[in-house]
Amino acid sequence: MSSRTNVSCLHEARRVAIFGGTHGNEMSGITLVNMWKQNSAEIERNGLLIKPFISNPKAVEKCIRYIDTDLNRAFTPENLSAPDVEGRLYEVQRAKEINRMFGPKGSSDAYDVIFDLHNTTSNMGSTLILESSTDLFNLQMVHYIKKAMAPHTCLVLLNEHPQLKYSTTRSVAKHPIGLEVGPQPQGVLRSNVFESMRTILKHALDFIEFFNSGVEFPPCTIDVFRVQERMDYPRDTNGNITAMVHPHLQDCDWEPLNRGDPMFLTFDGRTILYEGANTVYPTFINEAAYYEKQQAFTTTCREILAANAIRKAFK
Amino acid sequence: MKAVAMPTVSRVAVCGGTHGNELAGIYLVREMLKKRADGTEPVSVVTVMSNPRAAQLCVRYVETDLNRCFTRAALSAPVSETSPYEMVRSQELNALLGPKASMQAVDLLCDLHNTTANTGLCLITYSDRDWICLHICKHLQARTNTKMASTPVRYVHFDIPLNEAYSLDSVGKHGFAMEIGPQPHGVVRSVIFSAMQEGVQLMMDWICQFNSGTLFEGGWVDVYTMVKNIDYPRDSETHVITAAVHPDLQDRDFCLLHPGDPMFLCFSGETLRYRGKEALYPFFINEGAYYEKGVALSLARKRRVQIPSVRSETLR
Repeated sequence: MSSRTNVSCLHEARRVAIFGGTHGNEMSGITLVNMWKQNSAEIERNGLLIKPFISNPKAVEKCIRYIDTDLNRAFTPENLSAPDVEGRLYEVQRAKEINRMFGPKGSSDAYDVIFDLHNTTSNMGSTLILESSTDLFNLQMVHYIKKAMAPHTCLVLLNEHPQLKYSTTRSVAKHPIGLEVGPQPQGVLRSNVFESMRTILKHALDFIEFFNSGVEFPPCTIDVFRVQERMDYPRDTNGNITAMVHPHLQDCDWEPLNRGDPMFLTFDGRTILYEGANTVYPTFINEAAYYEKQQAFTTTCREILAANAIRKAFK
Repeated sequence: MKAVAMPTVSRVAVCGGTHGNELAGIYLVREMLKKRADGTEPVSVVTVMSNPRAAQLCVRYVETDLNRCFTRAALSAPVSETSPYEMVRSQELNALLGPKASMQAVDLLCDLHNTTANTGLCLITYSDRDWICLHICKHLQARTNTKMASTPVRYVHFDIPLNEAYSLDSVGKHGFAMEIGPQPHGVVRSVIFSAMQEGVQLMMDWICQFNSGTLFEGGWVDVYTMVKNIDYPRDSETHVITAAVHPDLQDRDFCLLHPGDPMFLCFSGETLRYRGKEALYPFFINEGAYYEKGVALSLARKRRVQIPSVRSETLR
């Protein structure tokens, strides 16, 4: 007997934004958004308002990650509710503007979906980043994208960690999705990375269009990597790093790291082993921007999330 | 070729952080500075952090590219409080390690660099007949059973007269940039660090042996001489790039590029091909710092250069 009662009915997703340049030196998103601002034919979909947007234009102009502070950490409740004051940090001011344009965060006026385009120096391949394990729309969307991208692998990172979760630019929307594609050096545009990101977005927009047209998406399961812990480099008393990511760990994002596996190599040639009790799956291994954030890599654990069937709610 | 006697290489400079986000050289210089000289070293080595302000901020440069500030004109220009930081610094480095083209200059200046391009290890210099530099290259190329064994070593030559030579390595009587890639800026990859550490060690070993009178047999070295740079295709009005380096060319530094080979993949989907008449060797393919200089890749001609045996002349 078919059950019609286990289908979650969700609102249409009518307003979608694509953010590039949240970090001004991550070139795939910047290039795509600038291209689509000039000619939006490729991203147009029936019934959808799609806005390509450069989040941090001053940083993009200088091809640096940020001017005063990381925009992708700036969307805290304190920052968003702070009064307009002279001499405020550029990115805090910018966060408030973005919240006005695409939010307010947490309200029913907020944009339905924001895709935030990022690159990493880590060997993460194509990664979709979720902030909630219970957002059915997002779970179904990433499931659709993964299937559509096959055999090209698209992995899912879930950051729901109470302390390590951060206030992202995309968190202004009802359904935030991060796209992280690497490896790519800062300030560099690699063709394969650019085209992967472009294709992921094509599939994502197709999904939204199908959903809005009434297509029902059956129940599904999604393999995710859930953020556990941030691991810093060994440092001396002055805060300088004393070791590098070990050659056996370098570029091995998403592969199991077991107790006793090499983790760091000191500048004078000594190996430091991973001592954790459980097998973990490291990611963001040797990301350039994270040296200052005390992060050599992030550990994750594997999990399977289940999502109900979804379809658009009838008016 | 007749053996050549050359002065000993008694004063060596090893410089890192000429670009403040090229981390292998920065960390190597920091490690070298930790080891105190005890006066027993056979060669006097001065280790320098060239651009400390940029290294502190982990940026290529603060106001202007330091590694373009060593032309004769730049070194003799009057400087004041309002001069760009790097213009002042280049003159300080010239006073410390030079003066360029004088008898007081260090005998050999090795300037450590990284690139986002897949170049392996390159010794980059302004001369194709500097026997010291060419022999050091041959020495590095000959090493086997070492960590460096998988890193190719090549000799790259920019045919520019000394007055117009713009980089730090031109300050020494002999000099080269030791450039290793691929490594993203702001990242240190242990394989790259180890290769650089070993490259510097092998260079020092050669210098010590040379200074103690060893005869180094001549032979042949492949020299890649820079011919021209190629920029990205750009929009004629906005000047914004309209293509990326083609996937078939990306990471294929020093693989011969033939007329008709793919060079760029436009965002529109079109492939742009190499239109030159001569097959040349591409290098510095997709170096992050060169977008602002209008360079997508450089092209070089390769030829075999014969080098003589060399031995240090012992002055009595």
